[in-house]
Amino acid sequence: MKFLPLVFAALARRKARSLFTWLAILAAFLLFGMLQGVNSAFDQAIERANVNRLIVTSNIALTEPLPYSYLSQIEAVPGVARVAHATWFGAYYQDPKNFVFAFPIDATREFEVFPERKVPPDQLQALIHTRTGAIIGAELARKYGWKIGDRVPLHSTIWTKADDGNSDWTFDIVGIYENPSDRSQENIFFFNYDYFDEARAFGKGTVGWYTVQVKDPRQSAQVAAAIDRLFANSPNETKTQTEKEFQQSFLKQIGDINFIVTRILFAVFFALLFATGSTMMQSVRERIPELAVLKTLGFTDGGVLLLVLGESALLCLAAAAAGLALAWLLFPLLKDTLGVVQMPLPVVIEGLAVAGTLALITGLPPALRAKRLSIVEALAGR
Amino acid sequence: MSAIVSLRKVSKRYQRGKQTVEVLHELDLEIAPGDFVALMGPSGSGKTTLLNLIGGLDRPTSGAIEVAGSRIDRLSGAALARWRARHIGFVFQFYNLMPMLSAARNVELPLLLTRLSRAQRQQHVAAALQLAGIADRARHKPAELSGGQAQRVAIARALVADPTLLVCDEPTGDLDRKSADEILQLLQELNRSQGKTIVLVTHDQKAADYARHILHLDKGQLVEAAAQAA
Repeated sequence: MKFLPLVFAALARRKARSLFTWLAILAAFLLFGMLQGVNSAFDQAIERANVNRLIVTSNIALTEPLPYSYLSQIEAVPGVARVAHATWFGAYYQDPKNFVFAFPIDATREFEVFPERKVPPDQLQALIHTRTGAIIGAELARKYGWKIGDRVPLHSTIWTKADDGNSDWTFDIVGIYENPSDRSQENIFFFNYDYFDEARAFGKGTVGWYTVQVKDPRQSAQVAAAIDRLFANSPNETKTQTEKEFQQSFLKQIGDINFIVTRILFAVFFALLFATGSTMMQSVRERIPELAVLKTLGFTDGGVLLLVLGESALLCLAAAAAGLALAWLLFPLLKDTLGVVQMPLPVVIEGLAVAGTLALITGLPPALRAKRLSIVEALAGR
Repeated sequence: MSAIVSLRKVSKRYQRGKQTVEVLHELDLEIAPGDFVALMGPSGSGKTTLLNLIGGLDRPTSGAIEVAGSRIDRLSGAALARWRARHIGFVFQFYNLMPMLSAARNVELPLLLTRLSRAQRQQHVAAALQLAGIADRARHKPAELSGGQAQRVAIARALVADPTLLVCDEPTGDLDRKSADEILQLLQELNRSQGKTIVLVTHDQKAADYARHILHLDKGQLVEAAAQAA
């Protein structure tokens, strides 16, 4: 700690240069925090996937519907405990930017297959008995100020109603569910499939996908194969995957996020390496006589090496910490897009480790130069 | 009384391209504790090289150097650095202060290598600044000081760890006559009242006159020695 003023003084020697380098590192780590945060959030969602559940979709495409009649056939497959279904509604509230994850479901089945979603029994009953009823996540309710008893209009970008050809659907909120194990999942809008299926203008008698709860997770592969065999060579062949596989393949449809993020960050840090490295080299080059004086006063070669590395560490770690802190503060703004409310902590730890590596790589060459410098040569200006 | 500085057959050769330049040739020298020695000689005579060898900044090509009881030509790099911190105070022509640090922080630098607490370091710094007559400029940075004031800060830095030997390389070379005399008087006072052994390299006869002994170097060898009345 007693050497800290010396390290600060070295950085303060060229304030503007240090400041711009600091800002460049800060910006890079802000980007790192946001991008790696998104990446990590997706990874965590995949890791959280339930091992008891299988997802049955069309073998052709995720967007291709499956017949509702499959429900009873899937239920009859040995090893299947319960089956729920859902359909992509593609909705927004008032304005297209107010996107809402809305799904028509079978209320009883849905909350049995997804027991982590907690809803009071009377509210679940209210949904079952209210044709236009809806149960929404607590976070969604907070976001729009919705409460039980409210009538909420949603505009579907896919589904029109048979009676008036209109895409505006009105629902009565009868319940609010919570998901204590994962608050990021409290943003879904569930409503009755029966109401949806009767009212929609097309696609009647179909669902988007089935979620199957298996009796024994160790038998998941056999159950999945049995379901797919059941519908093989039919007009609607199925593809059954574990929840984890399904989420992975769903994310791959968006793009290989991990690949994209890694490549972007690699490019950013490659550029940063040169910028910071050049700053450090320049800084040490300018201070050769001063470093020689330190050695004259009794600082060892190793001590001078550590001082320069300390300078590099202070520059990189302080800027990285500020960038990551800013990313931490800004990350909740992505909540609507990602459904994640906080930047995962491992991203911060990973970021600081990257900053430490950056400090070492950029600090080591000038530090070694400082270590090796000859006092006599340096003081003579050679 | 045994010598505090003892050089036996010390030679120093440098390689300049393909050429080998011998700066010092089998030089013998002894300096007694409490002495104030001025090294004089023309440019290239080897004064600064000799000072660097005595101060442990450079190593001889051959010969033995014993300073403050240590054979410094045999010490490893790290041991030599620790030895310098303990025994040598350096004063340079161009002060060589850290521009971003205040005078007090500059003076504190050698003490960072000791086990002293912050409060103890501050006490030592205040005492050294007082001794060098620059206590009132403790918070100023080098750019805010005159040449004479900056050299006083450098002397305070050289004294703060209470070294065995002060080595001064042209300490007045960058100062006007008045400031130079003040600095030389200060060195003389440190030698007389504190008993500090001082080795001073200078071109200036007036500066050398403040020393107890003057040694003349020419072509890498001591040519004559003169004792001063002082």
